[in-house]
Amino acid sequence: MSRQINIAVIDYGMGNLHSVAKALEHADSHASVKVTADKQLIANADRVLLPGVGAMRDCMGEMQHLDLIDTIKQAAASKPFLGICIGMQALMTHSAENGGVDCLNIIPGEVERFADDLSDPTSSSTLSHNPHLKIPHMGWNQVNQQIKHPLWQNIPQNQRFYFVHSYFVVPQTPDPVAGSTVYGHPLCVALATDNIFATQFHPEKSADAGLQLFHNFINWDGSYDSSSCA
Amino acid sequence: MSLAKRIIPCLDVDKGRVVKGVQFVDIRDAGDPVEVARRYNSEGADELTFLDITATHEGRDTIVHVVEQVAGEIFIPLTVGGGIRTVDDVRLMLNAGADKVAINSAAVANPDFVREAAEKFGNQCIVVAIDAKQVAGKPGTEAENESPRWEIFTHGGRKPTGIDAIEWSKKMVSYGAGELLVTSMDNDGVKNGFDLPLTRTISDNVAVPVIASGGVGNLEHLAEGVIKGHADAVLAASIFHFAEYSIAEAKRHMAERGIEVRL
Repeated sequence: MSRQINIAVIDYGMGNLHSVAKALEHADSHASVKVTADKQLIANADRVLLPGVGAMRDCMGEMQHLDLIDTIKQAAASKPFLGICIGMQALMTHSAENGGVDCLNIIPGEVERFADDLSDPTSSSTLSHNPHLKIPHMGWNQVNQQIKHPLWQNIPQNQRFYFVHSYFVVPQTPDPVAGSTVYGHPLCVALATDNIFATQFHPEKSADAGLQLFHNFINWDGSYDSSSCA
Repeated sequence: MSLAKRIIPCLDVDKGRVVKGVQFVDIRDAGDPVEVARRYNSEGADELTFLDITATHEGRDTIVHVVEQVAGEIFIPLTVGGGIRTVDDVRLMLNAGADKVAINSAAVANPDFVREAAEKFGNQCIVVAIDAKQVAGKPGTEAENESPRWEIFTHGGRKPTGIDAIEWSKKMVSYGAGELLVTSMDNDGVKNGFDLPLTRTISDNVAVPVIASGGVGNLEHLAEGVIKGHADAVLAASIFHFAEYSIAEAKRHMAERGIEVRL
C-alpha cells in the first residue's frame, strides 16, 4: 500500500469547496483532503490546490485578510501546486476585474475580460446559429494541449472540459501556456511552470476527464520537462 | 473547436423522490434521484437540474440531502430550483453542493432578491427561470394579427403578471442573472417543441446563456431549440424520464444536424 497524499485546498472564505474536495477524494483513494486556511497545514501539505470562487478583488482581499499570501507563494515555489479558475487568474500579475486588482504575480501576465461584442468566427451561413457569443463562457469547450505534461496524461487531445468565466489570462510570454481553447478567439486555458499547473476550466465539474486530471495531479511529483512539446 | 450546446435533463423531485415515472429497466429504484442522476451522467448529460416541487415546508429538507448525495459522486454542474425565496435558501443549496440555483416566482415578487443573491454569490450561480405565455400574435387566436408578445405568468401558468417577457429577461440580466431558463407555458407538456420565437427573441436580446425549456416531444425539437431558437442549452424532462430517448441519442441527433455537442 502506498502512502497517503495530503492535499490542502485553500479555503479563503469565498464559498463552497465541497465539490473540489469530493472530486479529489473520488479521483484517487490515496488523497487525504483538507479544506483549510491554516498556514501550518498548507505548509505541511504534499500538494496545494488554489480553487476558484468569487470575484478577484474579494479573492485577493480575503487572502490578505487571512494572511495567506506568503504561504501561497511559498507553496507555489516548492511543491505540486494547482490553481483553478480564479485560482489560476490569481497567479498572474494583474486583473482587469473590479476596476483593476493586483494579483500574486507568480506568473507574469494580465487577466482580461471578454469583449461585449464577441462573435463566433466559425459560425457558418448554412446553420443559423446566433453568431453572437454569450458571456460568461459557460459550458463544455475543447482544450488543445500545447505541451506534453504529466497532468495531461491519459487525457485525449481536444478533450472537453467545463468552463464558467468572463475573464481570461494573457501570459506575458507564450512559454507557460499548457492548453488553449477558442471562444471568439484563441485563449490560454492552462498554464504550466515548474511545479505549478493551473486551469481556467473546472476539473471538479468536468466528469471523467476532470477526475483524470485530479488523479494526475495527486500522483505528480511536481517535475516537468519544459523542453518537450505535445 | 467551439463551445458545445448543452443537453440538460430535468428531474422533478417531490419529498426527495423523482416523480413523473422513470422507466429505466436497469435502474433498481427509479424514484431515487441519485440513481437517476448517475444514469444521466453515464449517458453523457452536460448538467443536471433538480426541480423541487415539494409543496410542504417540512418536506423541503429532503432536497438538500439529495443535492449533497449527488454532488458527492457526480462531477458535472448541478442546478436546483423550486422554492428558492431567500438568500439563506441560496446559501443552503450552494453549500449542499449545487453550482447554481434557479429563481422563479420569488424574482417576480421581489426582483431585488436576484440582485442581492447575485452580489452575494456571483452571477454565475444565479439562474432566473422565466415562465412565459404568448398573449398576442399567436396564430388561431383573436390577437393573431398583432406582433408577437409574451407575458410572465406565475403559479404554473395560471396567474398573469402583466410583465412583458422580453423586457423582464433584460431586466433580470441587468440585476445579475448569469443564465436564463425560458419555459413556454403554452408548450410545456404539449410535446410540440419549444416556443422558438420566444426563445430566440430572448436569446438575441441578452448577453447571457439561455436554456430552452417546455414542449420537447422528440429529438428534432432539441435541435430546433438551438438552430431556430438560438438557445445555448436545451432542457427536457419526460422524453428522457420515460426512456423514449437516451441523452446519447439526443446528442448524436444534434451532432447530425451540425450542432457542436460533447460526445
